[in-house]
Amino acid sequence: MKIIGLIIAVLTGALLIYGTVDFPEWADPASPASTHLSPHFIEKTMEETSVPNIVTAVLADYRGYDTMFETTVIFAAGVVCFFLLRILKKEGPRQRLYRHALTGMTIRIRDGEKRPSVLDEFERIDTMWTPYDVIIKTVCRLLIPFIQLFALYVIAHGHHSPGGGFQGGVILGASIILLAISQDLRTAIKRMSEKVDAILSPAGVFIYAGTGALCLLLGGNFLDYSALASILHVDPVTARSHGILIVEIGVGVAVMATLIWIYNNVSSAGKYDEGL
Amino acid sequence: MPELISTIVAKYNYWIYITLMMIGLYAMIAKNNLVKKIVGMSIFQTAIILFYVSIGAKRGATIPILEHGHGSSHITHAVDYINPLPHVLMLTAIVVAVATLGVALALAVKVYNQYNTLEEDEILTQMREK
Amino acid sequence: MSQQYPALLVVVPLLAALVICGAGWVNKRLCFPIAVAGLGVAAYSCIGLLLRVLDEGVIVYKLGGWDPPMGIAYYVDHLNGLVLVVVSVVALLNLIASKKSVAQEFPDKIGPFYALYVLMVTGLLGIVVTGDAFNLYVLLEIASLTGYGLLAMGEDRAPLAALNYLYMGTIGACFYLLGVGYLYIITGSLNMVDIARILPSLYQSKAVLGAFMICMVGVWLKMAFFPLHAWLPNAYTYASSAASSLIAPLVTKVMIYVMIRLILTVFTPEFAFNILAVSEPIVWLAVIAIVMGAILALGERNLKKMLTYIIIAEVGYMVGGAWLGNRVGMTGAILHIVNDALMTLCLFLVVGNIVHKVKGYAFEDLKGLFRKMPFTMCAFVVGALSIIGVPPTCGFFSKWYLISGAIQAGHYAFMVALLFSSLVNVVLFFRIIEIAFFEPFTDHHAHGHDHQPEPIDEAPLTMLVPLWIVAAALVIVGIYTGDIVNNIIQFAIPEGII
Repeated sequence: MKIIGLIIAVLTGALLIYGTVDFPEWADPASPASTHLSPHFIEKTMEETSVPNIVTAVLADYRGYDTMFETTVIFAAGVVCFFLLRILKKEGPRQRLYRHALTGMTIRIRDGEKRPSVLDEFERIDTMWTPYDVIIKTVCRLLIPFIQLFALYVIAHGHHSPGGGFQGGVILGASIILLAISQDLRTAIKRMSEKVDAILSPAGVFIYAGTGALCLLLGGNFLDYSALASILHVDPVTARSHGILIVEIGVGVAVMATLIWIYNNVSSAGKYDEGL
Repeated sequence: MPELISTIVAKYNYWIYITLMMIGLYAMIAKNNLVKKIVGMSIFQTAIILFYVSIGAKRGATIPILEHGHGSSHITHAVDYINPLPHVLMLTAIVVAVATLGVALALAVKVYNQYNTLEEDEILTQMREK
Repeated sequence: MSQQYPALLVVVPLLAALVICGAGWVNKRLCFPIAVAGLGVAAYSCIGLLLRVLDEGVIVYKLGGWDPPMGIAYYVDHLNGLVLVVVSVVALLNLIASKKSVAQEFPDKIGPFYALYVLMVTGLLGIVVTGDAFNLYVLLEIASLTGYGLLAMGEDRAPLAALNYLYMGTIGACFYLLGVGYLYIITGSLNMVDIARILPSLYQSKAVLGAFMICMVGVWLKMAFFPLHAWLPNAYTYASSAASSLIAPLVTKVMIYVMIRLILTVFTPEFAFNILAVSEPIVWLAVIAIVMGAILALGERNLKKMLTYIIIAEVGYMVGGAWLGNRVGMTGAILHIVNDALMTLCLFLVVGNIVHKVKGYAFEDLKGLFRKMPFTMCAFVVGALSIIGVPPTCGFFSKWYLISGAIQAGHYAFMVALLFSSLVNVVLFFRIIEIAFFEPFTDHHAHGHDHQPEPIDEAPLTMLVPLWIVAAALVIVGIYTGDIVNNIIQFAIPEGII
């Protein structure tokens, strides 16, 4: 297998390098890639969509259809991970472990035995000793709100600076995943339950596709945001800019929820216990 | 000789990416461990992303965010800004790569739960024994 | 509203998938009707679109209202109009047919299953309808990712098979993406029609050659063309019956459509057939694919796996037919996309019914099935006759075009391979019919029964009716082959190909 792999890799590489011989020079301003489509985007974006960040405009408007399916891809991955891994049947655990939050002491309750009525100060764990660290927990707890604030800024400011729905959504998702890593998965799920993930993830894509479908109902083509002008009471160009913002929010919601959903399923192998 | 050097200088970035791609491809075909194959897949996809991003480069140009925003009558020239299209395409490709990675890891977890190993030859031996 | 058919046929299933995913948390019984409604609207739009194309010619739909090549556009012509109808109808019929087996196999995950099912169909329809090379890649990944998920839920060996499929599929998709990148570097465009307009001045460029080769290899990986087929048999065999009877008829066929689209629209036939001297070796590869598929199928003692090897041989038919480089061969290849989708669907639905009732698909499980499941097995015979190529079933006609094309091109090896594989199919299917007809039924799954003559234990009507519609379609499409070729496929092939 090693030799076959080597032969295939060398042959493919040789073909690809042979193909590069006729490429235009790297970073040549006169290359076809820089002279055919991109001048239109660079010179006309401002007057056609009123968005200074050309990447955002091309992403969510000129090629908005690609981006809708980009969001759908990640949603599909979320559903696949859930479909493959999630174990929905509850197996009664033979024992339950609890850790006293203040002293770090672990108590074990065998199956069938009576549970003490006061378990407020205890947290449920899954192995006899689960690592925990006060410093990490506290620092992460402090950081998470700022991370989320920054994520909202990235989404909202995608028109004027690098950023947008996907980047912001990833940061938002990462903040919850950080909570799951620094505490445990159960804490994170308490904050954002499985059902919320599973509803928000299609809902985000729905915002995107629904905006497109709304344009269609208002008489434009699919995803033609200028058709939204009549309900937003603005001129068509500004409507495009607003439309981009709406779909970016949809992308952000979908990406955030789906990334958390994927993380929950993969890290706990579908059991939704304490995870990593 | 000077022509050769100028060709190398003009194209070497593409060659580096192609080499990276082939490293990934080799890992996907030749490695025995399922997760190493996934790592190879990631290298392959990332190399393609680098390849595309380098298409967007333009000498003497800056990032494609217009400095003179709303309300100015400034005329923008295409030569001043790099090509935004490859960046857009690669945002999409990054998402696709992440999604594929997620699904691949989920499948690997499922395989591991079943056979308690990720080495392909050990799995095949277990299958034959059954 | 008919102006919006091109958008509806992708958007409605997408929205349906999203709603299903949410509805699965509320009430599981809502999922199936929503899926049927979504795919029903899609099928209706596809048929309406095809009728409009027949009237008006090529339809261009600009997404977002942007003119191509700035934005993404759909180009619907006779070729993808036809394939769209096939994909949507096959998916809808299979959805209805597999309702019972889905409820049996995934009792607690009906919501995600239907969401993935409908998403996959969205992806496949999107691949067929799009006119943008990069958009095709994104939709290809949607169809693939959902496909990996659907195929991985099944028997014990399914996850590993699906993971191997994922590796190969990702390599294939990445190669395609790389090919598009090469094209973009030298043309600066992603729109297929625009690329085709720019390419003629670049035919001698080595980059075009590289792009062409890498795209082709990528597409071949995805369609399991012979040396690259290793992932297919296991992935399809161990999957659940609902998933395999969706994916087996559609994915390989859609990828063949992509290959034909690349030849006809993007790289243009002039480049593919005349400037590159690769037709001959590719047809030879197809010959090897057909022969190897047939031989490997002979070695199987397992109905479902045998069918997967037949698919590999059929892929060889279509690739070979497309690369013969003449009009008759191309007609045969396009017609065979339609026919093979229907034939494969018919046979996999039969397997689904057998699995539903007998819980197995090895040859030993088939004994006495003609008495136990007469209606299912009659449909099986129709499907088998069609795969063998007996008139008036549709399989005969596409094979006829392929063989005429081979003779016209003077490629007798391809003709011999086609005849050889037909003979092998005769052996394969009559062996099964013999087992199912003559050997007595042995029930090794339920031992409590008295030994009475086997009672008729047919699959439920929801499984039988779609199966019989497909079986009838095999004959009807066969009878109307002339009309399909003269009114649709004729216009799908550019004038340049004689």
